Amino acid sequence: MARVARPALACALACGALGVSACGSSGEPGSENEPETEGITLYSGRIAPLIGPVIDEYEAEADRDVQVRFGDSGALAATLLEEGENSPADVFFTQDAGSIGAIDDAGLLEPLPEDVLAKVPERFRADDGTWVGVSARSRIIAYGSGVEVSELPESPLELVEPEWRGRVGWAPTNASLQGYVTALRQVEGEDVAREWLEGMVANDVQVYDSNVPVRDAIASGEIDVGLINHYYVAEAIEQEGPDYPVEIYFPPDDLGSLVNTTAVGVLASSERKDEALDFIRHLLSRPGQEYFAESSKEYALIDGVEPDPSLPPLAEIPAPEVDLSNLDDVQGTIELMQETGAL
Amino acid sequence: MGGVLFGRRRPPAALLAAAALIAVAAALPAGYLAIVIGREWDVASAAIFDSRTLGLLGRSAGLAGAVTLAATVIAVPLAWLTVRSDLRAKRLWATLATLPLVIPSYIGAYLFASALGPNGRLQDLLEPLGVERLPSLYGFPGALIVLTLFTYPLILIPVRATLRRLDPQLEEAALAMGRSPATVFRTVVAPQLMPAIAGGALLVSLYVLSDFGAVSIMRFDSFTREIYVSYQSGFERTSAAALGAVLVAMMLVLLVVQAKVAGSRTLHRTGPGAQRPPRPVPLGRWRLPALAFSSTVVFVALVLPVGVLVYWATKGLTSGVELGALLGNALNSLAAAGVAAAVAGVVALPIAFLATRFPGPLTRLVERVGYAGYALPGIVVALALVFFGTRVALPLYQTLAMLVFALTMHYLPLAVAPASAALRQVPPRMEEAARGLGRGPLGVFHTVTAPLVRGGILAGVALVFLHAIKELPATLLLAPTGFETLATDIWRQTGFGFYEASAIPALVLLAISALPLYLLSEKGTVTS
Repeated sequence: MARVARPALACALACGALGVSACGSSGEPGSENEPETEGITLYSGRIAPLIGPVIDEYEAEADRDVQVRFGDSGALAATLLEEGENSPADVFFTQDAGSIGAIDDAGLLEPLPEDVLAKVPERFRADDGTWVGVSARSRIIAYGSGVEVSELPESPLELVEPEWRGRVGWAPTNASLQGYVTALRQVEGEDVAREWLEGMVANDVQVYDSNVPVRDAIASGEIDVGLINHYYVAEAIEQEGPDYPVEIYFPPDDLGSLVNTTAVGVLASSERKDEALDFIRHLLSRPGQEYFAESSKEYALIDGVEPDPSLPPLAEIPAPEVDLSNLDDVQGTIELMQETGAL
Repeated sequence: MGGVLFGRRRPPAALLAAAALIAVAAALPAGYLAIVIGREWDVASAAIFDSRTLGLLGRSAGLAGAVTLAATVIAVPLAWLTVRSDLRAKRLWATLATLPLVIPSYIGAYLFASALGPNGRLQDLLEPLGVERLPSLYGFPGALIVLTLFTYPLILIPVRATLRRLDPQLEEAALAMGRSPATVFRTVVAPQLMPAIAGGALLVSLYVLSDFGAVSIMRFDSFTREIYVSYQSGFERTSAAALGAVLVAMMLVLLVVQAKVAGSRTLHRTGPGAQRPPRPVPLGRWRLPALAFSSTVVFVALVLPVGVLVYWATKGLTSGVELGALLGNALNSLAAAGVAAAVAGVVALPIAFLATRFPGPLTRLVERVGYAGYALPGIVVALALVFFGTRVALPLYQTLAMLVFALTMHYLPLAVAPASAALRQVPPRMEEAARGLGRGPLGVFHTVTAPLVRGGILAGVALVFLHAIKELPATLLLAPTGFETLATDIWRQTGFGFYEASAIPALVLLAISALPLYLLSEKGTVTS
C-alpha cells in the first residue's frame, strides 16, 4: 500500500501526552509540506490485499495520493452517517450494494456523470445514478468431498430437507447472505423467505461468523455444504492448489445464484469530486477491471474482460434478474432473520 | 476515613476540577448514546422493550457470571501459589500465567475453533484412533472456555499485587492464637483479598459483556453481537445505541454489587513498624497437584494458542509472506498504545485519589462514570468519538491525538482500579506524619504517597497498554487515515482467511505485550 504510514513514534513523542494537531491528519510527519489538494480520501469496506494494488497503480499513473481508511462496510457506513457533512471522505467503496444504499438514502452521495454510469450494465448500478458496481460476485453452494454434485439441490430452498440436517453452514451476520434473503423477500415474497429461514434453523444449519470459516469448515469436513460467494473458493484453490477439497455449484432455481456487486460512490460533501471521479474511472478502466477479475476471482463489469478460466462466464450463471437498488431494506431482512431465530 | 493530605477534609478545588474534567471526557460515549436515543425515542424504546432484548440480556449476564466465576476459581489459587507458596520459579509461573491476557479474544477464539473444533487439529491427531468428530464446543461452552482463559489474568494481577502487599503479621498472629491455616486464610487473608477479587471480577464481567470477537467466532448469541449486527448490516444506529444504553445500565448494577463485595474496610497497617515480606508456605504433598494445576492452565491458555500461531507463522514464512510493513506497524502500535497507557496512568490518579481519600456520592459518581467507556463495545465508543470529533474537534478528527484520546477513555477504569486499590493500602497516617513534619501537599505526594502506590499505577498503565495495543474498532475508525497497526494488519489478513499471513503480526503483538507484563509481575509490587 502506498499510503501505509511511516512509524508514528516521532509524531507521538512530538505530540506529547495530550496531542497537538500539528501532526496533521495524515500521521505521516514527512508529508506535511505536500500540497493539500494532491489526493483523495477513500473509505474502503474492501480489505487492503484485495484493493491495494489497483490503488497503487492509480497513484503511480495519475501521480496522486489516495489515502485509504479500511473497515467493515457497515461500520464505515455508520461512520459516514455520523460524520455527515464534515466527513473527510471523498469516495466510498463497499462490499455490497446494501451499505452504500444506506448512505444514499441519507442523501450523502453525489450523482455520478453519465460516462461513468454507462460503463457498467444497468443492473449493476443505482437507479438514481449515485453509485456504480465495480465487480460482481455470485452466491453459490460450496460443497466438499463428501458430496456428489448429483446430490446437490436445484435451489437453496431445498436445503431444509431432512437429508441436509446439520450438514449446511452459513454466515447470517454477513451482508451477502442478508442480500440473498432480501432478494428472496422481494422476488418470492415474505412468506417464502420466512418459511425458508425457519426451515434452515429447524434443520440445524451451522452458524459461522463469516464466509471464510464456512469454507474452511467444508474443507475440514465439519460440514458438507455452505452458502457463500463464489470467489472464496476460487481464492483458496489458487492458494492451496487444484486439490483443494471444496468446489462451487451454481444452483439454478430460487435466486440461488444471485449476482451481487461491490459498489463505489462519491460523497456529496467532497471537495475533490473531479479527482474522486477520476479514481472511479480508473477502477472501471480495463486494467482496473482486469485486476479484480484476476486477483480476487470476481467478475469484471465492463465489456471484454474475461473471468478466471475456472469460472463460467457471467452470462452463463443462472442468475435471476434482480434490481440491486431495491435490496436496501436490509433492516427488514434483519428483523425477519431475528424473528425466525436465524440471527 | 477522611484524607488529610491537603490539610482539610473537603477535596481541593484543583483536584476536583481535574477529576471532573476527566469524568466529562469519560462520559462522552454515554452522552452520545443519550443524544442518539433522544433523537428517535420511539425506535429506541421499541428496541429496549423488544421481547428478544430481555432474552439476550439474560444470556449475556449468564455468560458474564459464569466466566467471572470460572476466572476467579482459576486466578485466586494461581495468585496464592505464585506469591505465597514455595513453588519453584514463581515469577516465571506468574509471568506465563499472566500472558494469556495479551491474546486478543478474536484471535484466541479462532485458534481454539481451529484446534479443538469438531474437525480441528486435535481431531486430526486423534483420527488414527478412530475419532471422526469431536463434540462441538460452539455456543455457551466455547464462549465460556475462551473468555475465561483470556480474562482470568485480570483477576490474577490485582490479587497477586494485594497478596504481595499483605502484612504477614496478621496471619502469624492468628496462627499463633491457634487457628488452623485454612481458618486463617478464610478469616484473615480472604477478606483482605476481596477488594482485589471484586475489582478484577468487575473487569472480567464488563469485558465479557462488551466482547464481540469471541462470542461471534464461538457462535454465542450475545447482547454485544446484536449491537454489532445492527451496526454492520442494518445501519440502525438508534436501536444499537438503545442496546448500548442497556449495557451501561447493567454495568451500573455490577458496580454497585462490586462496591458491596469489596466493602470499605480499613486495609492498611495501623500499628507501628515496617512490614516485612512473608515466609513462603511449604506445599508439601500438594506440590504435585499445584504443579499440575499451574501447568494445565498455562498449557491451555498460552502454549496451545501460541503453538498454533507459531505453526501458521512458519508456514507463512516458508510460503513467502511479505514482512515489509511489520516494523512500521509495530512502531505505530507501540506509539498509540504506549501514549494512551501513559496518559491513562496520569489521568487515573486524580480520580483514584478523590475516590479513596474523599469518599462520597459525588466522588463515587466521578469514579464510576469512567466505567461506561469500558463496558461499551469498541464500535460504540468509536462512533461516539466520530460524532463529537466531527462536531466539536474537527481539526483533531482522525489524528493520532484523537486515537490516543479514544483508547485512554475506553480503558481508563483499567488504570483507575489498581491505583485506587493501592491508595487504599497506604496508611493516611504516613501522609499526615509527613505533613506534620512540614512537607507541602505536593511534596508529601511526591515523597510518600507516590513511591507507595507506584506499583498500582504501573499495573494500571500496563493493563491499559495491553488492551489498547489489541484494540480494533476504534483504531480502524479514528486513527489517522493510512495508519496501520499490528491489530489492523491482523484484521485485514484474517478478513479473507490469510491466517498464515496474520500469524506473524499476531506473534509480534504478543511479544511486544509480554514486556510490560513481565515488568508487571516483576516490579508490580510496593516496597516498604
